[in-house]
Amino acid sequence: MLAVLLVVAVVVPILNLVVPESSPWHVSTYTVTLLGKYLTYALLAVAVDLVWGYLGILSLGHAAFFGLGGYAMGMYLMRQIGDRGVYGHPVLPDFMVFLNWPELPWFWHGFDLFWFAALMAILVPGTLAFIFGYLAFRSRVTGVYLSIMTQALTYALMLAFFRNEMGFGGNNGLTDFKDILGFDLKSDATRIGLFLASAGALALGYLACRWIVTSRLGRVAVAIRDAEARTRFIGYRVDRVKLAIFTFSAMLAGVAGALYVPQVGIINPGEFSPLNSIELVIWVAIGGRATLYGAVIGAILVNYGKTYFTGAFPEAWLFALGALFVVVTLFLPKGIAGLVGMIRTWRRSRSPAGPRAEAAP
Amino acid sequence: MTPVEQLRESMRKDRQWSFMYSMLDLDLDVSQGVILYLEDVSVSFDGFKAINNLNFYVNAGELRCVIGPNGAGKTTMMDIITGKTRPDTGSAYFGRTIDLLRLSEPEIAALGVGRKFQKPTVFESHSVFENLELAMAGDKRVFPTLFARLGGEQRDRIHEVLGIIGLQEQTHREAGALSHGQKQWLEIGMLLMQDPHLLLVDEPVAGMTHQEMDRTAELLLSLEGKHSVVVVEHDMDFVRSIAKRVTVLHQGAVLAEGSMDEVQNDPRVVEVYLGE
Ligand SMILES: Nc1ncnc2c1ncn2[C@@H]1O[C@H](COP(=O)(O)OP(=O)(O)O)[C@@H](O)[C@H]1O
Ligand SMILES: [Mg+2]
Repeated sequence: MLAVLLVVAVVVPILNLVVPESSPWHVSTYTVTLLGKYLTYALLAVAVDLVWGYLGILSLGHAAFFGLGGYAMGMYLMRQIGDRGVYGHPVLPDFMVFLNWPELPWFWHGFDLFWFAALMAILVPGTLAFIFGYLAFRSRVTGVYLSIMTQALTYALMLAFFRNEMGFGGNNGLTDFKDILGFDLKSDATRIGLFLASAGALALGYLACRWIVTSRLGRVAVAIRDAEARTRFIGYRVDRVKLAIFTFSAMLAGVAGALYVPQVGIINPGEFSPLNSIELVIWVAIGGRATLYGAVIGAILVNYGKTYFTGAFPEAWLFALGALFVVVTLFLPKGIAGLVGMIRTWRRSRSPAGPRAEAAP
Repeated sequence: MTPVEQLRESMRKDRQWSFMYSMLDLDLDVSQGVILYLEDVSVSFDGFKAINNLNFYVNAGELRCVIGPNGAGKTTMMDIITGKTRPDTGSAYFGRTIDLLRLSEPEIAALGVGRKFQKPTVFESHSVFENLELAMAGDKRVFPTLFARLGGEQRDRIHEVLGIIGLQEQTHREAGALSHGQKQWLEIGMLLMQDPHLLLVDEPVAGMTHQEMDRTAELLLSLEGKHSVVVVEHDMDFVRSIAKRVTVLHQGAVLAEGSMDEVQNDPRVVEVYLGE
């Protein structure tokens, strides 16, 4: 999995920069950005798989953490615009000038600093997940009730961010970004830089999750997933284990969101739509739960399909996704990753007999 | 309970708050040779006396069998010892000094009272070895667990328990793939990993084959001396094969106590139980 990622991270920039545009092997900058976006989705899917696949928490609100990370980065990018906005105000973003706001709201302070915004992209989703998880896990909310609560969480955030008074640009969200860390967001080099950063974040996030799930804590997580009361009975503080892993997962989602926004150039409250959270659970289900790499495969394949489909038949996408989900749950309960496993055992069971069968006339 | 009553209850003079536990004497004291004292315990559910003035003592290192007809209160007695049910009256002490009625379920478990429920629950998608590893006594907070490495001594202990429960060949098998009897042994093994002083085992041979029953009897007998064990069981052949001392419960109280022969020949016991 990491080897594939490394190859992609090396080959794609070369194909973009070195191979001439006339060559069929040339990868356009548009494609590089698209791939970068898929990688951030893959990181988000890994975060979901960590809590759903290993801990058994079906979070239908992870898009909220992704969105918050995205907004933190969006706020930094807004402040980077400086006086180059339509209204030319030295400090205030356009939408605030438009709303006749006299000054920057307090929560926008500090976002002119990259490190601060980056920290917030992790801390804000992390804190929200911590508070939410603290209340939910301590009162032992589980199963479908917990899932509904996470949906409510993301829905509430969507409604809040739609409001102009919240100070996050209302339904238009944040957009018209110019540059990041002084690099022009439209240049090929910046695009490749963001693509590489996404690949690096995915690799690190994947490794961190891999490390967690192979630790004893990971085995406790699976024990909680399969027999929660029993795990509590042998002395583990189930609520704390859940809280720690859920919070970490939300932070990963925040990182993914922060990398997503500069590549797509916009963040708006639509990212908090409850449907988004459901969709990303479907990526994981299709890729294969509790494997981590399955989540990566699922996120990339489904989103590739989505890009293709929404271009070709825009109305059909949701139906196609629904159909794919049904087919996978019926025929491939372990997703695409499970298919890989099935082929492997099938090959192994065949290989001793195989050559002999071929030798027969 | 009204808020006023709740407040009064929480301010009771003899009440111990959790932050005071460290100040309590929680060392197990078995200097009198007795590890469990239940005295004059009564519990009623909606007016029905499930336990009625029960007096029950277990000696340190003893293997005790408890028998009695269905509904006699055997499971309820275990619930009281483990803190799951609070008695209406009476006292329950672990050793001479530890008042079980003031402790919560996890606290009692941490003090070394292990319990096996009637229905076996093991972690099905983990291997036998991992099941034992997770159950092992030790620091179970989040970060120590994240960084935990299995030491050589701990590995030895797991293999020792694997030997006791006879599952060495299954070490790396998924627990979900074990037979019913093997799951029961694994669960006993998980209890042993917690190094309990007192083991409470509720109907361990329900649903077992005869061979599995014999194996279970051996297993429980091998624990005698190192741990105190209380076994609740219906199957009389099984009880006969392990018991030195038997307690007969009937309607929430002790009807008779003694060796299997004494108990079997007690006319009252014959009447209510064995004579059925
Ligand atoms: N939580 C409870 N609520 C009401 N009745 C109970 C409860 N627990 C046990 N009982 C009753 O107490 C009696 C003793 O039950 P139990 O201890 O399970 O018996 P045994 O294990 O000896 O078969 C039974 O009549 C049972 O119905
Ligand atoms: Mg019972």
